[in-house]
Amino acid sequence: MFKSTGKMIAGVLLGAGLTMVASQANAETLRLLTWGGYAPDKVVQMFKAETGIDVEVTNSNNEEMISKLRATGGAGFDLAQPSQDRVAGAQSEFDIYKPIDLSKIDATKIIPSMLEGTKKNTTVNGSAYGVPHVWGTSLLAVNTAMAPDVKDYLDLCDPKYTGKISYRLKRPILMAFAFSMGMDPFAAYNDKAKYQDILNKVEAKLIECKPIVKAYWSGADALIALMSSGEVVAAKAWDGTGWKLTAAKPEIKTMAPTSGALGWIDTFVLPKKTQNEAAAYKWINFVMRPEVAAMIVEAAGNFTAAVDGDKFVEEGARKRFQDTFPPEAIDNIKWYPPVPTGLEEMEGKVLDRVQAAK
Amino acid sequence: MRMQSATRLALFLLLAPIVLWLALLVILPHVDMFMVSMRERVGIRQYEYSFANYVEFFVEPLYWRTFARTAIMSIIATVMTLLIGFPVSYYIAKMLRGRMKNFLFLLCLVPFWVSELVRTFGWMILLRESGVISNLMQWMGLVSGPVEMLYNDATIMVGFIYTSMLFMVVPLVSTLDSLDDSLVEAGYDLGGNAFTVLRTIIIPHAMPGIVSGCIVVFMLTLGNYLTPVLLGGKDSLWFTEQIYTQFITRFNWEQGAAFGFLLLGLSSLIVWAGLRLSRQTLSQTMG
Amino acid sequence: MTDATDESELYDLECRNLVRTFGAFIAVDDVSFGVPRGDFFSILGPSGCGKTTILRMMAGFDRPTSGDILIKGKSVVDVPPNRRPVNMVFQQLALFPMMTVAENIAYGLVRKGLNKTDIADKVKSALGRIGLPTSGGKSIKQLSGGQQQRVAIARCLVLEPAALLLDEPLGALDLKLREHMKVELKKMQDQFGTTFVYITHDQSEALVMSNHVAVMNKGRFEQIGSPQDLYYHPDTAFVAGFVGDTNRWHGRVESADASGVKVVSADGVNLIATAAGKTPLVQGGEVDIFVRPESVVIATGEERVSGMENRIEGDLVSILFNGANSRALIRDRHTGGELDVALPQTGEFSHLKRGQAVHLGWGKAQAKAFAADARRDQGVGT
Repeated sequence: MFKSTGKMIAGVLLGAGLTMVASQANAETLRLLTWGGYAPDKVVQMFKAETGIDVEVTNSNNEEMISKLRATGGAGFDLAQPSQDRVAGAQSEFDIYKPIDLSKIDATKIIPSMLEGTKKNTTVNGSAYGVPHVWGTSLLAVNTAMAPDVKDYLDLCDPKYTGKISYRLKRPILMAFAFSMGMDPFAAYNDKAKYQDILNKVEAKLIECKPIVKAYWSGADALIALMSSGEVVAAKAWDGTGWKLTAAKPEIKTMAPTSGALGWIDTFVLPKKTQNEAAAYKWINFVMRPEVAAMIVEAAGNFTAAVDGDKFVEEGARKRFQDTFPPEAIDNIKWYPPVPTGLEEMEGKVLDRVQAAK
Repeated sequence: MRMQSATRLALFLLLAPIVLWLALLVILPHVDMFMVSMRERVGIRQYEYSFANYVEFFVEPLYWRTFARTAIMSIIATVMTLLIGFPVSYYIAKMLRGRMKNFLFLLCLVPFWVSELVRTFGWMILLRESGVISNLMQWMGLVSGPVEMLYNDATIMVGFIYTSMLFMVVPLVSTLDSLDDSLVEAGYDLGGNAFTVLRTIIIPHAMPGIVSGCIVVFMLTLGNYLTPVLLGGKDSLWFTEQIYTQFITRFNWEQGAAFGFLLLGLSSLIVWAGLRLSRQTLSQTMG
Repeated sequence: MTDATDESELYDLECRNLVRTFGAFIAVDDVSFGVPRGDFFSILGPSGCGKTTILRMMAGFDRPTSGDILIKGKSVVDVPPNRRPVNMVFQQLALFPMMTVAENIAYGLVRKGLNKTDIADKVKSALGRIGLPTSGGKSIKQLSGGQQQRVAIARCLVLEPAALLLDEPLGALDLKLREHMKVELKKMQDQFGTTFVYITHDQSEALVMSNHVAVMNKGRFEQIGSPQDLYYHPDTAFVAGFVGDTNRWHGRVESADASGVKVVSADGVNLIATAAGKTPLVQGGEVDIFVRPESVVIATGEERVSGMENRIEGDLVSILFNGANSRALIRDRHTGGELDVALPQTGEFSHLKRGQAVHLGWGKAQAKAFAADARRDQGVGT
């Protein structure tokens, strides 16, 4: 019953909308749902010059991407870029994606281990849904002049930094604290009882640490403002944000915590009702060219899965990357496995309780 | 007979757009949302009808505490906006004439020329630890170190009052404008002082404006999202934020829809109680 | 004040050398007067003459630029309106719409801090005196215009003020009610024995109700006197023109002596008049001559008017029938000027036809000549 009402509204509204959109769609366009920095203007212009296809970029994040596609049943965009750990769960729950045809992807341009890993992590009912694009980590950004001894996530609970600590109160902080406390949440993904147990311990710790925190940051801009003004001396951060801070203020170091940085890979997936699949494959193959990949690295602050993509990257960025990730730190990265459905609800309640705690 | 059916047809055609508008854009989405709120997820892509989402609100103290906090802070914000807005409105409506009046009225409008986001960031620039006011106070020697004025409930309150002021001032100015000056003078003439004239003449006259301003401000504050999230800091909890979280980050549309309906119902209840307390009716207030 | 002594204790209300300026504009220009206890005192003048400003200064809503206001012999210039023992009835009445009739009347008593039973008693007796004994619980909107008027006055009178100030309170009423309220107001004043200060631009209101009238023009008092004084013995051309209806000529003095003033009007009529006003008339000086409509004798034959100093032949333009107050409009055959003439109540002229020739005449004593005032530009009174 509710489905039909919903469809009726959608039908009536879209019917009117589509007739207008159809006339505009003559010039070929690719509607891309992605993250800020993943489709810089220069790359969009180069793509247009080469293929004649316009790219309409919509910046978003994991949750919003899934919500947007869920609301329309996978329509409205031709290509989306959620993180690999959020593809399988969303697909099995909401059926918003379309399997990707790997034969149309130039596999030689993608680092094989990443391609293979992503393929495995985004497979639902035997079909793969994602190919890797940009990867990165979340780790620590530390003002070494003011907080020299912060080495791991749990150091963010040190009372001597009271009022000078920040992190984002979202699921990554739960994982980070769990690892830092010596537990492995990823291993417990399929054992809800054990996972709940881990969450309970993390919750207690986060509540205990709450008085130390100045504010939970909500976006990269907020974090940059907090750290560059010196109001915050140590934070859990995205590596791209950290390197931006390092470039501006060398005493702020972007460092992998001793318990390991948390690694994510953003992928390309096809929304279920993509209208321009051909353009989507063209875009994927275009941005994986090493010289294009390097431009995206510069804009996004993160590295791509393109083969030789780092060769064209400016020296300072490469240096900052190597400072953060000596070889052993790379090996220690904890890559997010696909999130089974139901865990997010458990995590959500923990986050709510931490937020509400006094 | 034919005439009659013709007029009926004409009436129907005239009403059709508004009926369609109401049905398609107001009623149907609410019905659909209500249906969503009434289903419970039992497995992957499996749902059952139940009140579980509503029950959740009452059994999980976190949620109703968040609601209570939201409602109480909204009421406080409404009262404070009224306390600040009333003298401002009185000054604009009764003390000023001509150009100055329009100018001050426009001044209340100025903050709305930029988006709410920009306005909120403006407050953040002013109030943060390394911000303008903190630096000014240090420069003047009032404090020895930086002062953090962001991230607490008082700051949220300031943000709310700032955002709501116009919506309180506009109805107040228009009702106070209609107050005949001679009523105030008569009040004094018959022996009233400033307080009794305010209490017995000005406030009863302005009551419809006060109530409609309060309803608008209360609803706006209750439904505000950006101000509590950006200015509130680590302890801030706001019910609309909770709804957003349920919909967007938890993908739990069922819970979000139920919260939405609870917000609608509970806020209507508060407005109704407010009308009863001030002995006003909705039609008096809006008319 | 003709019948008052110098002792200011006899005055309930007194103004001394009152001046109020707004920038360069002088609204009230050195006005002094006193209102004796129990008097019905009117200030009569055209709109904009400054009468409302005087009233507001007496009530305390405005502050004099200079001069003094005394109530019962004490200066009140520094006393705020809520502490002055005078009350005001506003032009639009200013009854409180959010209160009942009884609450309106009780308002001032409550402010005085009287106890509840006293207030209830006083309200009840006031309602009885204004003829609305059962209307206490009604809302203001349920009352007629005249009833509202009475409530507005009762609301002030229960406070037993030293004086009641009334700001054209009849202006908003229709003609019939206005006539009725004139009588009623006078009755109420007698009943309560309170001093009334009444301002109006309507001379008939002032003449009917008042013991004393001050005629005001351009911020100054032209004359203070009883209605009869003003009507029969105006001091200035303005008063003569403003109070009561009158015919008016403007002209130049041919000769002036004890036997009368000979004047040639601007349109060439020879008139003989009596000198009036304070400024002496000189030969060649400009004058205004006023003749009341009821002073003019109208006749169909010449012999009826032959003994009079001033005679005019004219034709009837129209009859303005109004019962006992019927008038005829006559055009001067030689000059074309029009005259307003009262018809005798006998009805002997009711048969007159338009265009019919008539003879008009009046004695020199009925024609008053005033030296033309430099400030003269107000029209003839209504």
